[in-house]
Amino acid sequence: MSDESCSKTNFKSDSQVRWCPGCGDYSILSAVQSILPKLGRKREDVAFVSGIGCSSRFPYYMNTYGFHTIHGRAPAIATGLKAINPNLMVWVITGDGDGLSIGGNHLLHALRRNVDLKILFFNNEIYGLTKGQLSPTSKQGSVTSSTPYGGIDQPINPIRFALAAGATFVARTLDNDVAHMQKTFEAAGRHKGVAFVEILQNCVIFNDKTHEPYIGRTHREEGLLHLEEGEPLRFGAGHGKGIFAENLEIEVAPIGEGAHSKERVLIHKPNAEHSLLTHALADFTYPHRPVPIGIFKQVNHPEYHHLVQEQEHAVIRQEGPADLGALFRAGPTWTID
Amino acid sequence: MKIDLKSAVVRFAGDSGDGMQLVGAQFATTSAEFGNDLATFPDYPAEIRAPIGTRAGVSAYQIHFASSDISTPGDELDALVAMNVAALLVHRHDLKTGGILIVDTYGFDEKHLKLAECKSNPLEDGTLSDFRVIQLDIHSLTEKALAGGPVKGKNAARCKNMWALGLVNWIFGRPLDHTEEWIRKKFAAHPEIAEANISALRAGNSHAETLELFQSGAYEVKPAKLPPGEYRKISGNEACALGLVAASKRSGRRLFLGSYPITPASQILHELAQWKHFGVETFQAEDEIAAAASAVGAAFGGGLAVTTTSGPGLCLKMEAINLAVKVELPVVIINVQRGGPSTGLPTKTEQSDLLQATFGRNGDSPLPVLAAASPADCFDATLEACQIALRHMTPVILLTDGYIANGSEPWLIPAEEDLPDLRTPSMTREMWGEGPYLPYKRDVATGARPWAIPGTPDLEHRIGGIEGESLTGKISYDSLNHQVMTDERQAKLAAVADFLPPATLRAGKGSGDLLVVSWGGTLGSVATAVDRLLDHGASIAHLHLRMLNPLPKGIDDIIKSFRRVLVPEWNVGQLQFLLQGRLGVKVHSYQKVQGQPFKVSELVHVFEANLTQSGVSEK
Repeated sequence: MSDESCSKTNFKSDSQVRWCPGCGDYSILSAVQSILPKLGRKREDVAFVSGIGCSSRFPYYMNTYGFHTIHGRAPAIATGLKAINPNLMVWVITGDGDGLSIGGNHLLHALRRNVDLKILFFNNEIYGLTKGQLSPTSKQGSVTSSTPYGGIDQPINPIRFALAAGATFVARTLDNDVAHMQKTFEAAGRHKGVAFVEILQNCVIFNDKTHEPYIGRTHREEGLLHLEEGEPLRFGAGHGKGIFAENLEIEVAPIGEGAHSKERVLIHKPNAEHSLLTHALADFTYPHRPVPIGIFKQVNHPEYHHLVQEQEHAVIRQEGPADLGALFRAGPTWTID
Repeated sequence: MKIDLKSAVVRFAGDSGDGMQLVGAQFATTSAEFGNDLATFPDYPAEIRAPIGTRAGVSAYQIHFASSDISTPGDELDALVAMNVAALLVHRHDLKTGGILIVDTYGFDEKHLKLAECKSNPLEDGTLSDFRVIQLDIHSLTEKALAGGPVKGKNAARCKNMWALGLVNWIFGRPLDHTEEWIRKKFAAHPEIAEANISALRAGNSHAETLELFQSGAYEVKPAKLPPGEYRKISGNEACALGLVAASKRSGRRLFLGSYPITPASQILHELAQWKHFGVETFQAEDEIAAAASAVGAAFGGGLAVTTTSGPGLCLKMEAINLAVKVELPVVIINVQRGGPSTGLPTKTEQSDLLQATFGRNGDSPLPVLAAASPADCFDATLEACQIALRHMTPVILLTDGYIANGSEPWLIPAEEDLPDLRTPSMTREMWGEGPYLPYKRDVATGARPWAIPGTPDLEHRIGGIEGESLTGKISYDSLNHQVMTDERQAKLAAVADFLPPATLRAGKGSGDLLVVSWGGTLGSVATAVDRLLDHGASIAHLHLRMLNPLPKGIDDIIKSFRRVLVPEWNVGQLQFLLQGRLGVKVHSYQKVQGQPFKVSELVHVFEANLTQSGVSEK
């Protein structure tokens, strides 16, 4: 790989970026452009596929192959692209409306099939491009242009959704922490199989500061729980609080003596196949619990395209090489002179 | 002694669990191997096992076999095998006067008469007096034939379809060896069941000789004089599947099929799923939308991208197809039409998706639409759809229908090297030369944009559903640019028309009283009816359209040369509407939406009436 292809600017397209000033998408774009050179893939071997929504303009700003498609269908289109062209590194850019409302079904199936896609899910809890309607992740009671008296729908938790779908890599990061984003995106990029990353993203126009109570610089010590592999689950000032379990019930408490001693703080194990704790952490919502960020789960399962290739090779071994003439003649034939 | 027949039409009818499709298809294969020309028409309910003994549960398989070239499964039956009361009642009206009626009399009791909603016993009330009726208790005869063997009772009686097949094979002088071989193969895992079925087949066959009706001997339909070559029997769905594999080979592109199960199209998926060793990738998507969307993704990735469906699925796919129109990627959509609207008649045929295929997308969204005309023609039509898609960088909708998808006929097996060369270049930096890559710089002749496939160095570019600037494809809301791009998309259709052969009459002289215009699966019956009238000196001609959008060049001149134009179709006038709108001429319509193909006699009658009317036509 040449030096030229290693630089961040190399992944920037010449299209003018047209998000609103102050939009969280800028920092996400910048983080992706910074980590791509580290992943060792040539520009031509990278493709970005998106649906519809503010975030879905993303592919235009990347100097790679890009496909801005239709609302909600990016995971299905990306699945076809990766299937026919398995050497590509395919990223899917989607948002809360695109990915979990109109495209919920496609997201579910891309996750459960373990298609080797890197899915970046921009969650600003609002429809931006259509001017501020309730989204499937909007908090209950949200006053939006479509819910002037407050939304009554129960929101979807994207992390729970991804875990339930059987995703092999599930993480959450936030748009105001560049280093955390870069670390998370790089891990997603290196994962073999589907990677789902929820990004807590701010919509400065229609839902400003929706994540502020837990990700704001002055609150995040109390509001966020950093997930690190093999590390105890501690947060708060001086890491003074911990996550404990008693009779399969999760407790959040100040670290002290006895049942809440520092030895009893639970250890994060993202590589565990069937961890109750992972699901319990996915359930954490502010203000009852700190919001976990980092990698919830990372396990290795066969990738979809590898299974396709294995099956194809097995059929070739069994049936022999392809012979069109023989296929035409499968079953009885007869000759007329 | 044998009695010579030019052709015969036989129908097997029974409960949907009686194995009628199985024996019908096998009798067709036997006839094909014997050298007859043939056409088949399976007709079955949507339910897998509809209530036993009811009219709704009747499943039938019709075979027309002949010593000459034929193209329909036949209007009237020469022989009907009815395995129960309901089958007899549903199908007896299609049996010709003097036709052979074989009835399994087992179960003609009060209960079964009631299930079939029958007030009097047809065997006794004189309603069958026009037919040569053979009453046999096939159920009990089968049980008796298998007595002493390992398969007994109810299971023995399940072989009654083979007993009936054995009988019919004798009537038409067909040897049993092919059928026995097929049974052994089919039940290879259960030799005792294979042997039971063979015993039943032989028992039915020997029983025929004892029947008074056949004392003068069996009938014979001699082999047909078809063009020389090697043949096989093929259904439309099989032909589509083989056509796709052939197109993949001839284009040098890996085949990707994104599909979702739907009647009557699923068989194409089933066939292709068996052929992984041909580099065929079948993807059973989560829904019709994803099936089409994944195909669009595969087209972006450089594959031969295909999705298959039927009408309700086509509705769902249109969003993704529209994206393919906008981004100009080659995707082939095979739509096996069935009765609509909505779920409609899943197992019955119709031609009512023509306007949906042509216009059913938001915006001005032109794409080529063509239709296959017969089971074997599905092979050629599929290759042609792939060729147009690749040559012009556009989605193409190929319409077939339930009738030709499930029906079968002999297919002259082509040599691989005689198939069209479908190779089209994928763009590389070397081919492009210096300067920025322009994804919407078109080929002048075809209107196609270049196809630079992800993975190709130094041609990275972005495409999308938002209107793009001419040449660069970058997002553009410029009003004049939208006009340019809309015009360019439309012009692609004209380029397709330039590429395809002009309209030519299939039969008749270049001008006259009546021009019949047909499309799709009606070809066989329309052609037969027109030819019959031409033999009688009528001033009639026949134009069959394969290409429906764009219409072939020269069609206006042909249409204007006739006093009256008639379109017979299985819908309420969709091609009529298209022709009137596109050509600005008055077109008459004969419409039928009964889930059944046209009968030749019906069309002859309609054409005669239109010939009379042509003198007083408004033209």
